[in-house]
Amino acid sequence: MSDTITLHVARYRPEVETEPTFQEYQTPCRKDWVVLDALNYIKDKVDGTLSYRWSCRMGICGSCGMTVNGEPKLTCATFLTDYAPGPVRVEPLRNFPIVRDLVIEMSDFMRKLVQVKPWIIRADEKPLSEGEYLQTPEELDEYKQFSMCINCMLCYAACPVYGLEPHFIGPAAIALAQRYNLDSRDQGARERMDLLSDHTGIWGCTFVGECTKACPKSVDPAAAIQRYKLKAALSWFKSFLLPRGAS
Amino acid sequence: MTKKSLEPFLWTLFSAGGVLAALLIPIHLLLFGLAVPLGWAYPSYEHLLVLLRHPVTRVYLVLLCTLALFHGAHRFRYTLYDGLQIKHLNEVINVLCYGGAIVGSVLTVYLLWRIP
Repeated sequence: MSDTITLHVARYRPEVETEPTFQEYQTPCRKDWVVLDALNYIKDKVDGTLSYRWSCRMGICGSCGMTVNGEPKLTCATFLTDYAPGPVRVEPLRNFPIVRDLVIEMSDFMRKLVQVKPWIIRADEKPLSEGEYLQTPEELDEYKQFSMCINCMLCYAACPVYGLEPHFIGPAAIALAQRYNLDSRDQGARERMDLLSDHTGIWGCTFVGECTKACPKSVDPAAAIQRYKLKAALSWFKSFLLPRGAS
Repeated sequence: MTKKSLEPFLWTLFSAGGVLAALLIPIHLLLFGLAVPLGWAYPSYEHLLVLLRHPVTRVYLVLLCTLALFHGAHRFRYTLYDGLQIKHLNEVINVLCYGGAIVGSVLTVYLLWRIP
């Protein structure tokens, strides 16, 4: 195996370019190097003007998501050798506006994330003296997989519906809403329902399933959405059978 | 929104149709597409006719065909919306897709009704 690899990296410098271009870089291709290591090598040794986001290097912070050879990937968890002999094409995440080079504008996602109220909502808080809200292992299992989301937005980059319909709340935000809806300590499901059961919420999803394929943390946003569709459909039928007082 | 929109109802038909079609249509294909033509099974015409006359069979076939048609209609509607990017024609698309499913369902009932 060759000990170097070629990276075609998308560049966009809004002060000098009107649209993104590609720049070619040669980097070492070490067995233990991920795409992010190659980008850091370029930044440190070859071209300090390259811009991209990263932080933890271990799949926790969710900031190094990029499009690698056409697929949304966490670059800290994507090994260079898997793409040998190369070249490797590195682009910013799709479906988002580009700020610069590989950095995308994420405020749309941040706004949607807050809208679904991803925190525990209680109608009545019990006093501290009564102790914790206890939960059985079965109750934990109900929502645990959805709590693994690291907000990396790979699912938004993978979702063709979000690409076509920017108002769609999107996979991660709905999965996170479900993470709290399914939590036995939470009482906020009704507060989240109007937003989630809108045509920009779960009904916007056409069950393509790419979100689940793209997720680096094995969260299954597609399943979260389909489960919520069933719940919303049942409550729709109930509202006909029991027009008054049904939830 | 939930009460006004028909989407939850249409999705329920889509979902039920998808499950039924995925589970049962392969069995029908295996029986009438392979087993009978290749001679693995020899049901007589009279035998099948008696089976078809039974009300349970008729209800089963109406449900299977109707729900599968609505599944197809719903999927095709979104394929047209997103695949061809013609969401602005949504009224025409809805009438064609769900109208087609309704016509197909009525035809199913009619054909089963006509069986002597």
